[in-house]
Amino acid sequence: MRLLEHQSKKLLSNFGLAFTESTPIDSMSGVRGTVERVGLPCVLKAQTPFGGRGNVGAVRFAESVDQAVIAAETLFGMDLRGTTVEVISIEPRLNYECEFYVGMTWDTVAKLPVALLSLAGGVDVEAAQSDQVAREPFGPWTGLAPYKAREMTAKVGLRGKTLVGIGEVLAKLSEAFLACDAVTMEINPLVITEDETLIGLDARIEVEDEAVYRQRERLKPLGELTMTAAGRPPTPLELEAQRIDAIDHRGVAGRVVEFDGDLALLIGGGGASLTVFDAIKAHGGSPANYCEVGGNPTEEKVAAITSLLLSKPGVRGMVVIMNVVNNTRADVIARGVLMGVETAGRKPSETISLFRVPGNWEAEAREIMEAAGVQVYGREVSLDAAARLAVERNRTHAA
Amino acid sequence: MRLPGWLLKGIAPMLLDPKGGVLVQGITGREASRMVEDSLAYGSNIVAGVTPGRGGQQVHGIPVYDTVTAAVEKHRPTISVVSVPPPAVLDAALESFSAGMQLCLIMTERVPQLDTSKLQVAARRVGCTVIGPNSLGLIRPGIAKLGTIGGRVDNVRRSFMPGRVAVLSRSGGMTSEIASYLTNRGIGQSIAIGVGGDAIVGSNFTELIELLEDDSATDAVVIYGEPGGAAEEQLAARLKRKPSRLQITAFLSGRFVDDLEGVRFGHAGVIVEGGRGSVRGKVKALREAGVFVAETFEDLLEGLNRDA
Repeated sequence: MRLLEHQSKKLLSNFGLAFTESTPIDSMSGVRGTVERVGLPCVLKAQTPFGGRGNVGAVRFAESVDQAVIAAETLFGMDLRGTTVEVISIEPRLNYECEFYVGMTWDTVAKLPVALLSLAGGVDVEAAQSDQVAREPFGPWTGLAPYKAREMTAKVGLRGKTLVGIGEVLAKLSEAFLACDAVTMEINPLVITEDETLIGLDARIEVEDEAVYRQRERLKPLGELTMTAAGRPPTPLELEAQRIDAIDHRGVAGRVVEFDGDLALLIGGGGASLTVFDAIKAHGGSPANYCEVGGNPTEEKVAAITSLLLSKPGVRGMVVIMNVVNNTRADVIARGVLMGVETAGRKPSETISLFRVPGNWEAEAREIMEAAGVQVYGREVSLDAAARLAVERNRTHAA
Repeated sequence: MRLPGWLLKGIAPMLLDPKGGVLVQGITGREASRMVEDSLAYGSNIVAGVTPGRGGQQVHGIPVYDTVTAAVEKHRPTISVVSVPPPAVLDAALESFSAGMQLCLIMTERVPQLDTSKLQVAARRVGCTVIGPNSLGLIRPGIAKLGTIGGRVDNVRRSFMPGRVAVLSRSGGMTSEIASYLTNRGIGQSIAIGVGGDAIVGSNFTELIELLEDDSATDAVVIYGEPGGAAEEQLAARLKRKPSRLQITAFLSGRFVDDLEGVRFGHAGVIVEGGRGSVRGKVKALREAGVFVAETFEDLLEGLNRDA
């Protein structure tokens, strides 16, 4: 779950970290009053769960109230990667001497959280020279010890008050990182103002989805939160698939990503879905969707997802391919698929190019599918070979 | 059960010593109970289970205890399988470490990363090997299995057969699929491990291959990799630094994911992972390290049949 900038700043303030105060507003009527209170010059920023706002004009500066109003009008309703800007923030514009980057994330090889400090803050973080960057893994039980944090600041050549101040910021941020179950936590830029105050201008937090259940109390005061996928916003078909997947807790029949092709894929589990999708493309096929089925979903879920995928305009047919199933029952998949094909008003023999779900209850599945005139394959046909056959057969189906 | 001695040399005490007993934490759960039934039928030496508050009960004839300590005093298991709800995983794992388990296999999905990291730190301290979380299990074909890997016993026997190729997979389902493909073509497996599908798991490819290098029952390894993380790149770096006596073949899926538009969030991931994470990058790194990377399933055989 990604927090917006103003939410991230609020959350980190609880850990003793200082930020420019972002006032969020969701309509033009709040602009004048907020600017007068915040003072001029000010900065107006679109509140989106994506980085790189500066490069797409989503951060604007104003010297006067009128300029702020024009900037706000531009920002509200702006389309950023398919998402419309609904909330903007207004904050004072500070003069500062130098900017730093401070961040925390996970090192999956070391299996530890890792703290990062870079002398090149702002937008150029990744371009920084190696002697400008300090990187220090820390213990998930203990956090980043203050002396380790000071060693990081010393390593990049900082001295005096800055060394002590940034060391404190790193230690506090590591405490926040662990307390909030974060996967990413950043202050960028962290600046030193003309009066030598250390203050964050922007903050970014992503809380791990799997840990949200124990962060509810902490997140509640931040207002409305939305789960954010890492890519573009979901299409109506993807949203409907999510709804189907949530019908009950048994198994997965969802995780759909829509594509432009003409062959619907009912595939699973996770790894096999990736394998089959690659293979369909490698054999010249054109998938209408990606999906993951597994964990023994109910017949109803399989049926609903089948008819949904077949309802997509331009889809000629569907292929059902899963890895050798351990827990999922192949016969449940078979019955669900046939039910869904019927709901979609199609004939199984002319819609399902092949059915390949070996493993648990495969004999029963074979009987059900063959009775409906569908070609069935077992484990002797590899995922790759099944994908090739599916692409060949789908060409013969009417659009 | 009686076991061929050559299969137990070297690695066995660590990864699956069938003489050592197995403890199941969360044994009264629906999935755990089914897993116990299938594992017993395959010959696994499950000796006890633990569910706090359910001590004194039995699951498929296996006695249930309230604490790991009580189960250990009576049955002396060395391996624990954890199948408890996500919020209870860290505590269950720590309980098994403190009772001296050598191997802890965590099946539970959706464990917070912080908990995985914490339990991994604790495991290192006591020298316990952790597999998972989010692992379907591991199997020594013909000997024993832990976890739901392979499903029901008839299906396990069709998918896996004893041999000298190890299968390590980031996807549970693909572990069986690859083993089944090899079995169908007469190539048996020394061990197959679902390493777990999470970003952080107890044992990555590199750590497992280093254990398998001491396993006299294993000559070759097939790894199955996916987009994300850096486990494949980590293995490539290790092989470049120090070649393995094992012949390693890799199969990676999710090439199409490289071309999807992701929306970046912050810089930290990029700084830490560098260019790692893409399938294209993983394939390149593994090839440069001398690993045969199969383009299709059929290529796996070419990889395994090549001269080492």
